[in-house]
Amino acid sequence: MKIAVVGCGAVGSLFAANLAQLDDVEVWAYDLAHDHVDAINTQGLRLSGAGEVVGRLRATSDPAELPACDFGIVATKSMHTEAAIAACARAFAGGAVCSVQNGVGNEEAIAEHVDRVIRGTTFPAGRIVEPGHVQWDVKGETTIGPYEPKPAPMEEVSRLAEACTRAGLPTAAVADARGPQWRKLIFNAATNPVGALTRLSHGRVCERPPLRRLVTGLVDEGKAVVSAQGIELDADPEELIDHAAKPEVAYDHKASMLQDVEARRETEIDYLNGGIVRFGREHGVPTPLNEMITALVKGLEASW
Amino acid sequence: MIERVCVVGAGVIGSLYAGHLARVADVTCLVRREEHARALNEHGLRVSGRHHFVGRLTAATTPDGLPEPDLVLHCTKTTALEPAAAALAGRFPGATVMTTQNGLGAEEIVRTHGEWPIVSAVTFMSGTKRSDTEVDYVLDTPTWLGPYEDTPFETVDEVAHLLADAGLKSQALPDVRPAQWSKLIFNATVNGVAALTGLPHDFHFSDQEHFGELVHTLMDEGKRVAAAADVDLHDDPWEMNVLATKRGSAHYPSMLEDVEAGRPTEIELINGALVREAERLGVDVPLQAALYALVTGREAAYS
Repeated sequence: MKIAVVGCGAVGSLFAANLAQLDDVEVWAYDLAHDHVDAINTQGLRLSGAGEVVGRLRATSDPAELPACDFGIVATKSMHTEAAIAACARAFAGGAVCSVQNGVGNEEAIAEHVDRVIRGTTFPAGRIVEPGHVQWDVKGETTIGPYEPKPAPMEEVSRLAEACTRAGLPTAAVADARGPQWRKLIFNAATNPVGALTRLSHGRVCERPPLRRLVTGLVDEGKAVVSAQGIELDADPEELIDHAAKPEVAYDHKASMLQDVEARRETEIDYLNGGIVRFGREHGVPTPLNEMITALVKGLEASW
Repeated sequence: MIERVCVVGAGVIGSLYAGHLARVADVTCLVRREEHARALNEHGLRVSGRHHFVGRLTAATTPDGLPEPDLVLHCTKTTALEPAAAALAGRFPGATVMTTQNGLGAEEIVRTHGEWPIVSAVTFMSGTKRSDTEVDYVLDTPTWLGPYEDTPFETVDEVAHLLADAGLKSQALPDVRPAQWSKLIFNATVNGVAALTGLPHDFHFSDQEHFGELVHTLMDEGKRVAAAADVDLHDDPWEMNVLATKRGSAHYPSMLEDVEAGRPTEIELINGALVREAERLGVDVPLQAALYALVTGREAAYS
């Protein structure tokens, strides 16, 4: 089986290095960061932290080098999905492509270029410490399922889930993967931008009652958009938020969006809160708090 | 007859009042730093920009030994008002005290420290401090004054005339709350959004493509609170916003400067006051409450 990881940042690297442990899988990685690509090709892709792994795989910044693949795993930041999948689509002419990205709207962008699409949500997280070396911070579940308008058959979804699970990334194949995706989306949209705008860690946001109320306001709007679409959440995002605020879990965690803001990098706001606003409009659900947060974060980006 | 004026706080607004009033009255100025007081005593206060002159005044860091004034102007930021008002407790029993602070609640803070008649003022003039002894007078917009509690209107009118004689635009109103609330809603919205985004008050704030819509919605919430408080606004905050962003040069709201410098902001008497009034009057203001929570959270992250 040939699998290409499109976008080999922290999350893409977790998939690529772990999948490369399997004898029956040939792993490729497509990424635009030349130093990272060169390091992977010369020394392998090293993970440390939650697991110690060195993956041998082929990395490239040239989509023409990608062979015909059975699966694609897209792990770019959401604003780069369109450009990345447009460049790599040829390699997936006979395969299925799965998004493991944040937010909503990625599968829609992938489906513009690929026939069989898999909707995915993943919780493992990490960060690149140097080219070719990724710190693996969080282990976690991945849930994948057919993307309804252009679905990969369930049998194909299960094959990918089985390979990931065998590689050490527990992955469930389900008929409807929207519940886990929206749970993570609502969690991220309610916490990430609040951390980014205030510069507070997740735990400090949660211990300030006015901010915690704002978080709940954002969650409630997301839940209303979920109900309007007939999606059932697999768990309450509020539980995830309270759990993460515990000192032993993620009290001190700086949301990725806060890291983006501190580094003055474009954020994924359009696919998080902006995505909730967009789906809300389509289904006639007002989302004033998410609109406000989207406008504020975009204002912050405009100030750089 | 007002012959002697004490100006408390010599930031931009305090300096503009002190410099101008020194032309028509004996002015004393209370400041926090010794070197500031020394410099003012030595060089006077130079006003540039729209007017050009040097005002001579007496500056000190404590009211001890200052002659009793007929009028006190509180011109500190709201965050410094409490200690400044406390420093005058038991002093100047014959004086009238005027508050010029942003937001709501400055009069109540002063009242807890003495029984002076209070004049409540709102000012839209602006400027830039060039140094401890020079202030650039930028916008010559008026100061509106009104009575607080049972201060006679004649007292308010006398202060308004004194400001006008000194060369500053002023108007005495029977009720200043409509002007105070217009500025409150404007400041809560514009300062809060600027502090969180890092953007100066520019075209983004009135442009529908950016956050014109957000600013409009936030101001609508504020206007609903004003209506519930029976305040008939003097100016529409949205029109004030559109006008200000058309002026060309982008203004850096003080709350943005405070956040960037890691200083306490005026959030409590501005956004906090608006949200508390909304709660008291039973008006739902989810976006203003969110803005207030975010800016106070931003302050909590300084350390």
